[in-house]
Amino acid sequence: MPFFLSLSQSIDRFNERIGLTISWALLAAVLICSGNALVRYMFNTSSNAWLEIQWYLFGAIFLLASPYTLKRNEHVRIDVIVGRLPKRTQVWIDVFGFLLFLLPASVLILCFAVPFALESVRSQEMSSNAGGLIVWPAKVLIPAGFLLLTLQGVSELIKRIGFLRGVVDASAFEKQQATPEEEIEAIAAANQLKVSTPLSNNTAAEA
Amino acid sequence: MTEFLIANMAPVMFATLVVFLLSGFPVAFSLAANGLLFGLIGIEVGLLKPELLQALPNRLFGIMGNDTLLAIPFFTFMGLILERSGMAEDLLDTIGQLFGPLRGGIAYAVIFVGALLAATTGVVAASVISMGLISLPVMLRYGYDRKVAAGVIAASGTLAQIIPPSLVLIVMADQLGRSVGDMYQAAFLPGLTLTALYALYILAISILKPAALPALPPEARNLRESDGSNGLQSLAALLAAGWAAAWSFKTFYLAAAKPNLASDEALVYSAVIGVLVAYGSALANKKMKLGLLSKMAEQVVLVLVPPLALIFLVLGTIFVGIATPTEGGGMGALGAMILALANRRLSMDLLKQAMNSTTRLSCFVLFILIGSSVFSLVFRGINGDLWVEHLLSSLPGGQAGFMIVVNLLFFSLAFFLDFFELAFILVPLVGPVADKMGIDLIWFGVLLSVNMQTSFMHPPFGFALFYLRSVAPKEVKTSEIYWGAVPFVGIQVLMVALIIAFPSMISVASKTDMKEQIELNIDMGTDPGGDMPGVDFPAEGDTGGDVTPTFSSAPAEK
Repeated sequence: MPFFLSLSQSIDRFNERIGLTISWALLAAVLICSGNALVRYMFNTSSNAWLEIQWYLFGAIFLLASPYTLKRNEHVRIDVIVGRLPKRTQVWIDVFGFLLFLLPASVLILCFAVPFALESVRSQEMSSNAGGLIVWPAKVLIPAGFLLLTLQGVSELIKRIGFLRGVVDASAFEKQQATPEEEIEAIAAANQLKVSTPLSNNTAAEA
Repeated sequence: MTEFLIANMAPVMFATLVVFLLSGFPVAFSLAANGLLFGLIGIEVGLLKPELLQALPNRLFGIMGNDTLLAIPFFTFMGLILERSGMAEDLLDTIGQLFGPLRGGIAYAVIFVGALLAATTGVVAASVISMGLISLPVMLRYGYDRKVAAGVIAASGTLAQIIPPSLVLIVMADQLGRSVGDMYQAAFLPGLTLTALYALYILAISILKPAALPALPPEARNLRESDGSNGLQSLAALLAAGWAAAWSFKTFYLAAAKPNLASDEALVYSAVIGVLVAYGSALANKKMKLGLLSKMAEQVVLVLVPPLALIFLVLGTIFVGIATPTEGGGMGALGAMILALANRRLSMDLLKQAMNSTTRLSCFVLFILIGSSVFSLVFRGINGDLWVEHLLSSLPGGQAGFMIVVNLLFFSLAFFLDFFELAFILVPLVGPVADKMGIDLIWFGVLLSVNMQTSFMHPPFGFALFYLRSVAPKEVKTSEIYWGAVPFVGIQVLMVALIIAFPSMISVASKTDMKEQIELNIDMGTDPGGDMPGVDFPAEGDTGGDVTPTFSSAPAEK
């Protein structure tokens, strides 16, 4: 078990770093998009490359950061019924979910995606739009994303099993934003609000 | 067994999906697993061709290249930056002061600001939290009925769902195969009508139960002049000055210098001038301490103009057709950053936090889409779409029966599911049927969006109520929040009925698709004798197949 736990921790750290890094691509996409729109409006010139780079970035964001979202347990669930069950039962359901749903699905998609991307690399595929970019980096993102997702799935499975055996704390995989407190705190702080909720007492004490 | 499965594959697959989803495992992966499982079964029993699943990577690639969906992270990012830029606080304070002396004034202010925030952010949580933190304590202190106060905040927060730029409408447009710009235009009037209905409800209460909605007492009005007057004359004078500037700019300058400018563009430019004059005088009055304007006038103009400018930047450019919704989102995000910077609220922490939250939201939304496209690839392969169509079109009452059943279905599912799940799983199933029945899909999309807005207000799972509960003081009971929301859910149902009764409320002059024109233009950009930078093209008569792009129709003297 110790080996698996440290493996899980390494995967978590790795995917978290990737997720945090790739979120900068969002800022880049915003700047490229608005810059492109302004330049086009004012000087009436642009290139398809600028349009394509935006969705390459977006693809990179949601494919490569998905493992990080999974790590934070923020993929949406319908927990109307399950939320009422005991914690251990929920974790058992998760174990089955990872084994039967997530891992098979992501491995299967990975199997289909690798030849798909390799074919594009081999033929050095170019975008069919005038002035477009090379296509294979975008296609390679698909297998890369699902590879990372599979790894993260393994890590989550290890953590759930660790919890059931009593060696991992539930906080290792619980949703980190289960309550809106984080957000409320941020908004209150940003607006310099003096509020009378129990929450704000904490923030006041910290300040 | 096998024969039963072959004959009933679609119902079995759908029933299994329900079980998978209710297992509580993340929706995205349950959908994908369900699709793949039945894909493999279908290949095994010979219903599907083995090549079907190999189409998957190409489908994923199609999702990546979907320009429309790119608007989701942009608008989310914009909303997250704005909610922390102090704009909501300033608006609520000032508009509260402006309306406060009226009976129920703070409630009107909440509705008005809710609609304004909705037109800039599209994020429900942000509006509800800000209003819960800022306006709720004020309303409680001056003796507002707690149920009404809580209800109006929760409901006004959900306006972000229907007033563009909202995420629901983007997803709807994508799933129904219509343009986001059209969807936005169509949703505008229903959104405003809904806002008016909320205000009417408050008016009714203030007449029927005056004690529930008192006016602010004089000592609570802190934007008064030193002599005790409210400064409204000054505000009226400032607005008149702005209007006069706009009018004279239009009549004396534009009419002479640009006689053949389209009238709506002339209107836009003169409105900009008018607003700039008002804003400039308010700013000068504040910075140079001229004392020419009342505090109220200065404050109202200074606070209202930035969000209005942002709304113009985003929605105006989309509606006029200068920008695609995605570009509107990108520019809005940039504008939000500039606004936050101007208010000295943009820090590295804030930026990182906003990028991070946006990234995670994009991930889970896009993965639901990936899951649902795996599901629908297989579901269609086994003719599940025909099964659904048969099921829905055999309903008694034809179109009307279909609309009633679909709306009831969405309304009841909205108790348990949030709109992303509804939009990605159910809309692709009912959309094609509606299309075949001759129902306008834009109308249908807006109708369902108004319907799904209730999912935020339904006790006990509604997100808006959940957020409000976390920011409301303890003295407000949870049951009061729930009961406060109920009348607004009723208003929502009324609105759905209104849209069905008056379909003309949602009418869009179908424009040529903006995106096509841009790509056309770029393709022609390499043409040697083609577009010259900075040349003024006439927009009128542009058919979209022409080299002349509509977006260059503005004066290019800059």
